[in-house]
Amino acid sequence: MFRLKLIPDNPSFIFLNYFKFGFIFSAVLIVLSISSFLFQGLNLGIDFKGGTLIEAKSKSGKADVQQLRNGLQGNSFGEVSIQLFGGEDEVLIRIQKQEGDEQAQIKVIKEVNLLISDKYTVRRTEFVGPTIGAELTQKGILAVITALIAIMIYIWFRFEWQYSIAAILALSHDVISTIGFFAITSFEFNLATIAAILTISGYSINDTVVVFDRIRENFRRYKSWKQNDIINKSLNETLSRTIMTSLTTALALIAIIVFGGPVLRDFSAAMLWGVFIGTYSSIFIAAGVLTYVSLNRGEDDNGNVSKPEFEE
Amino acid sequence: MLHFEAWKRFVILSVFLAGLLFALPNLVSLPFLPGKSINLGLDLRGGSHLLLRADINAVVSERLSDIAEGIRISLREEKVKFKSLSSDNNVVSFVIRDDDDYSKRDNILKEFGDDFVVETNGDTTRINFSESGFIELQSRTVEQAIEIIRRRLDPDGTKEPVIQRQGVDRILVQVPGIDDPERVKALLGRTARLTFQLVDMRVTGAEAKSSGRVPPGSVLLESSSNDGQYYVVEKRVMVSGDMLETASAGFDQNNSPAINFSLNSIGAKKFATVTGNNIGRPFAIILDGLVVSAPTIRAQIFANGQITGDFSIQESNDLALVLRAGALPAPLTVLEERSIGPGLGADSIAAGQIAAIVGVILVILFIVLSYGIYGAMASVGLLVNLMLILGALSLLQATLTLPGIAGIVLTMGMAVDSNVLIFERIREELRRGRAIRDAILAGYSRAIATIIDANLTTLIASILLYVFGSGPVRGFSVTLGIGIITSLFTAILFTRMLIVLWINATKPKTLVI
Repeated sequence: MFRLKLIPDNPSFIFLNYFKFGFIFSAVLIVLSISSFLFQGLNLGIDFKGGTLIEAKSKSGKADVQQLRNGLQGNSFGEVSIQLFGGEDEVLIRIQKQEGDEQAQIKVIKEVNLLISDKYTVRRTEFVGPTIGAELTQKGILAVITALIAIMIYIWFRFEWQYSIAAILALSHDVISTIGFFAITSFEFNLATIAAILTISGYSINDTVVVFDRIRENFRRYKSWKQNDIINKSLNETLSRTIMTSLTTALALIAIIVFGGPVLRDFSAAMLWGVFIGTYSSIFIAAGVLTYVSLNRGEDDNGNVSKPEFEE
Repeated sequence: MLHFEAWKRFVILSVFLAGLLFALPNLVSLPFLPGKSINLGLDLRGGSHLLLRADINAVVSERLSDIAEGIRISLREEKVKFKSLSSDNNVVSFVIRDDDDYSKRDNILKEFGDDFVVETNGDTTRINFSESGFIELQSRTVEQAIEIIRRRLDPDGTKEPVIQRQGVDRILVQVPGIDDPERVKALLGRTARLTFQLVDMRVTGAEAKSSGRVPPGSVLLESSSNDGQYYVVEKRVMVSGDMLETASAGFDQNNSPAINFSLNSIGAKKFATVTGNNIGRPFAIILDGLVVSAPTIRAQIFANGQITGDFSIQESNDLALVLRAGALPAPLTVLEERSIGPGLGADSIAAGQIAAIVGVILVILFIVLSYGIYGAMASVGLLVNLMLILGALSLLQATLTLPGIAGIVLTMGMAVDSNVLIFERIREELRRGRAIRDAILAGYSRAIATIIDANLTTLIASILLYVFGSGPVRGFSVTLGIGIITSLFTAILFTRMLIVLWINATKPKTLVI
């Protein structure tokens, strides 16, 4: 019977040999992410920065970005960014936060509406005032930090502190590199991005937990094995599942990227990156870190706690 | 024979049927089906989302200035000598000139009750809101504003807008299916405080404007039609908008748009008295602090009158509507606005549907190729999962947003994970040389702990998204959370039942998963 098998039946990769390359790759990735975040910065959307966004569709023919730009720039709205969005007949107009209070921001929407209404239909307007922008930023940061802590506590509760530390390192690695991904690609960083980051965290920890579960199980099964051999064996045993799940999730995400429309595109692209980095980190960071700490072997079947065995 | 308890089959069947029952109204509309279809978010069906703030400070200063006027009148009636009565900086203060008058002052202030605190500092008396008084005022203001907003946006009670208090002084307004979001703002943008006040004849508006001096008891107000005209009107409000019985758009004798109104009995009585006593004097009609017009009283007027001014037909319609609905207790500021046209919503639904269908087909193709007939069973589980998500969303009347659809598609990808964990485990057990029956039992029992651990962590993330998220992000977290729970059901129970039934029916000699 035909079976699609991406991973051989009994894989025996020696992951231990590659951990150091993984660490180097991750170190480079983290440095790149942080420096890109610091020097290039994020392309913050109006959710966090405040400002106005207008999506408009040309009534006939293609949208003329240049003409729109000329028309809008002379109006002292400050920085106006116009780009095609989705098809060739749709544009996204972003207008920076205006001087003055909320009333001044609302006025802009009205004025732009008037200026473009003969050639374009306005399909969507979004306005986020400075107060709300600051609040959303605060809430977003809080959400990510709380999620990290909650997951760390859960892992600590279900496993032991060594696993918890390894998991949180892997998770921070994913969050930082995803933020770096947004800084480098200049994708818009908005509320949906926070959702993407939290989902990536959930996905990545999911992967990590599966590997950890197997390591714990194998500690009980192979009592005389060395810790590193157990970790390596566990990674091999879970490899097929890791790849399968990552691929099905990636397939679903690709469907959204291709067919889900422009609103979801950046969001799903970030998620796709997250699936890749989450899969990678559960092997090379989470399991990799575990090779450097000594793990409690847990209770054996008779309920005796065996002493950890030190390597080398 | 693999055993599968009867009660479990019963539970699975019940959940399946319940899911079907609640999901069906989304696909077909049949009269005997219970429940409603899924509540689509504004991004899918189009509409306006506004976050407003009620300006409590404006209410406070207005209330304090009313109180200052009340105290002025009372002190005069009691013949108390006082000076420097003002209501600046959110505190009413005045100085009693004669020490013997403090008992009279205390009698007057007693009426104000617990909502205020009175401090005496030297010879100055200060009155301010107490903390409880302020909170009470705040709640009352926001609740009244919500009521007025509802009457303005939904006068016929058919549009189902969401109008909720958020936090201390904020109001969330969501109006589905509005074509012109500007109109919503136009309806909410004005307080619509209508008053009738007599024009002060001692000085003209132009004189007062240039000298900067206004006779005591009067104020200088601008004309609403932007023509640079000013009026000096008496502070005393003769008749106000809360005495309106009704208002409707109409036309004046020159055929330009106007608003016809009629007053209730109290208003009519006052109106008749004022107009009867002041024939020949101009009577200012003031809306939100601007003079709409100031016609001269020609004869005594009773209940019915007309407001003329510089209106378009749309303006006179809207104005009549807001006057009928009543004045907002406080001015509203828009903090956040998101409006989606109906065309974009329809496009998004179409795109979301295609993405979901393509995603599901790709995932099914992949698992059938990988696990054969068992992959097909997992795929049936996947479709049941999809149906259960739709059913749960309909049952909970949760809002489905575009990111919510993304959440569903993502769940489809991740839901397979549980099946993959189980299948891989069964493969391993088979390789270790276990019999079919044992391999399946061991595969399930070993994989379940891992599945629960792994899904709980994602559930934690989705709960946090719900707690901290707003709008679209919440929609995503709801479908992700529901999807995790339903996928646990389909993987651990539903697909397992299918596999057990299949094995028992075909009794294969070898198992190739």
